[in-house]
Amino acid sequence: MTIGRFRFMDRQRVNLDGFAEPDPALGMIAFNSPNDPEPSLIVENGRVIEMDSKLEFEFDIIDHFIARHGLDLEVAAEAMTMDPLHFAHMLVDPRAPRSEIIRLAAGMTPAKLAQCLTLLRPAELVMAMTKCRARRTPSNQAHVTNRSDDPLLLAADAATAAAFGFREIETTVPVLEDAPSNAIAVSIGAAVGSPGVLVQCSVEESVELEMGMRGLVSYAETVSLYGTEQIFIDGDDTPWSKAFLTSAYASRGIKMRVTSGGGAEALMGAAEGCSMFYLESRCVALARAVGAQGVQNGGIDSASVAGSVPGGVKSLMAENLMVMVRNLEACTGNDALMSESDVRRTSRTHPIFIAGSDFICSGFGSIQRYDNMFGPSQWNSEDIDDYLAMQRDWGVDGGLRTARETDVEELRRTAVEVVSDVYRLLGLASFSAEWQEQAVDAAGSKDVPAADLMTPLQASRLIRDTNITMLDVVRALDESGHETIAQRLLDLLKARLNGDYLQTAAIFDEDMSVLSLVTDPNDYAGPGTGYVPTPLRQLQIDSIRQVRSVADLRSDQAQARSTRLTEGLVAERGIGSRDVVIGVSPATARDIWRTLGGLMVTEALDELLAGLEEEGCQGRIVRFHDTVDLGLIGLKAARLAGSGIGIGLQAKGTALIHRHDLPPLGNLELYSVAPSLGRAEYRALGLNAGRHAKGANPEPARNPYSDEAIEARYHTSVVSLMAVERECSDLTAPPITLHLERS
Amino acid sequence: MTLGISGRSAENITLEAVRSGDIRPEDIRIHPDTLVQQAEVARAHANPQLAANLLRAAELTRLDDHRVLEIYEALRPNRSTSAQLLAITDELVAQGAVLTAELVREALEIYEQRSLLA
Repeated sequence: MTIGRFRFMDRQRVNLDGFAEPDPALGMIAFNSPNDPEPSLIVENGRVIEMDSKLEFEFDIIDHFIARHGLDLEVAAEAMTMDPLHFAHMLVDPRAPRSEIIRLAAGMTPAKLAQCLTLLRPAELVMAMTKCRARRTPSNQAHVTNRSDDPLLLAADAATAAAFGFREIETTVPVLEDAPSNAIAVSIGAAVGSPGVLVQCSVEESVELEMGMRGLVSYAETVSLYGTEQIFIDGDDTPWSKAFLTSAYASRGIKMRVTSGGGAEALMGAAEGCSMFYLESRCVALARAVGAQGVQNGGIDSASVAGSVPGGVKSLMAENLMVMVRNLEACTGNDALMSESDVRRTSRTHPIFIAGSDFICSGFGSIQRYDNMFGPSQWNSEDIDDYLAMQRDWGVDGGLRTARETDVEELRRTAVEVVSDVYRLLGLASFSAEWQEQAVDAAGSKDVPAADLMTPLQASRLIRDTNITMLDVVRALDESGHETIAQRLLDLLKARLNGDYLQTAAIFDEDMSVLSLVTDPNDYAGPGTGYVPTPLRQLQIDSIRQVRSVADLRSDQAQARSTRLTEGLVAERGIGSRDVVIGVSPATARDIWRTLGGLMVTEALDELLAGLEEEGCQGRIVRFHDTVDLGLIGLKAARLAGSGIGIGLQAKGTALIHRHDLPPLGNLELYSVAPSLGRAEYRALGLNAGRHAKGANPEPARNPYSDEAIEARYHTSVVSLMAVERECSDLTAPPITLHLERS
Repeated sequence: MTLGISGRSAENITLEAVRSGDIRPEDIRIHPDTLVQQAEVARAHANPQLAANLLRAAELTRLDDHRVLEIYEALRPNRSTSAQLLAITDELVAQGAVLTAELVREALEIYEQRSLLA
């Protein structure tokens, strides 16, 4: 049996997540497993003969490769004897330069660097990350995939992702054979959206390399490293094959990074009893040793494994930091969805988001969750507006920008048209007009029933059989009149020649300039230094499409103008005990016509008058001009009323009942939540005012209840409405009577 | 001025040239000298391992795509015998790819120790 409070708590989404008892034997521990080795390094004649408490003959393949290639033995003695706390202090202290940290970390073994970084608290991780990432300008990467490998939808969605500011796009396939078609469609779509967006297609290692060689993709990422020998071999590679692969990409001028992530070894059942953080430290040291320029880590597919143990989410961020400290490009996870809870997934991303990284997400699902062939992401298309609002809230550059609906529609239409033309010209496929229209409009593949599932497969076979390269695509683009897009894709091929984008953390800006560790180095050294968005970029961050001004509100209100209310004479004090005055605010029936609850002000007045009439009272409408304060409006109305009872109504809908002898704030009844007030509430208020006037017992008024964020939704409108009220107010103008033409 | 491995200048890679069928895949392949220069840049930016990678890459520009893919495959676990890896080493040395040859030789040494040969 459970009690109601716990039945209720059990139903919350966070309780769909798995939470594990730490179990070092299974590797289900974030930091400091009892089996993690003590840091050590013994070098004899330039050869490592002991590393992290293992003698050379005990080394596995990972140890061997790190020992032979991964360590700067000239600083090793200094680095290995350094007090870990001192190094941890350097990481946080803005006066300790990044270059010094990089120099020392190069001489640290995996166990040593893990030991140092384990000492950092979350806020210290944020400080260290702010300083240690390679590139000054932060960026972001999107997933663009769909269930049907629909080339038109892929292109439209890639263009959309580029419009929202993503500088790298990762696609993949549910059907391996579709890979070449997907790579071409996404590359074209991305180029429609913006110049210089890099595109990869995540598939098996040699297939991916081959596509790179043919120019069908412009970078690679899915080159996986693991922290134990068993899992490495299960992944069908060795550090030497990976090192060769890394050089193979560079030999064709293609950017690549490797992938790892804490919890992977535990998930695959061979963690050798070590902590996730220590094993990841081995991966990152190996990434540096094989000569990769960067690492995608932070759990990735095993993020939820790390998230299930104490300190696991912190370890995900610490492993991103470790990549930065090893002087590599950090593509910082926030990729596979690690929790069913919106609160937990935001909490997991947020410190990295505010610190900034080379790529905040290594796969923001820019498409529908159901279309994400990597599985749902930590952030998905439904979160784009949230993410943009978060950027604006914190004044932080998270790599995204607002895109206008009309622009996105045009880009999607162009992307669909261009891909259709290229596929037709290359003889790959033809697309029906219905399919094209659906792809332009679609929020996801479910909106494209006209898509033919065989098309990408047939197109891919033709691409393979006829050996189509990106040069052929460029030619087809040019021939079909899409010269700008042809030029953009040709520029990406040309960029392979000078090799600048092989350097650490390289991306292209929209002018095709390379931003990297070399050309755009992070120079954070405390407040007032480091990356600051340009004024233009800051404007992009600040100007989200939902922003509303007082002018917008005025024009909305003007559309609700009514002729039912007309101005009469200066209002006099009434006589008769059934005379009740409804005092309205200065902007009523001038600039404000609609309440926050969506009623016409005239409709609210109809109900108030009807309520009064039901109680046998006469309502008079009087507009006051010398105050915008509802308490005063109500009190002044009461003082004009023969009954001594007044109703105060602000044009935005807030209303109260007042009596002539009470202090301004001491009203009889108040409906304060204007957005929740409908006809029934105004009728009830009118009735009660009538009863007060007669000296009868009123029904207790209840403000309608809502659990929605009413204030968040309406406070900006309130500010604008009050500004309008104030502009309409005039201290010297007398109250005037308003006549309502009855409906 | 940047040259491709074919000797063609990057400046001459224009849409007009593509249109006239004048651009071949080799024209957009990086030149080994460029990779050697980039290796220097990487070293100057405190990453000697990236530099070493780029130097191996410079060597691999001499191999055609197919052979690169084959050697990668041969280096995967339990694919090659000791003799096969030795033959690759010799082939690489013959092509002047001495750094890559050294990597393969080292792989052979470790694969023997860790039982990763076919």
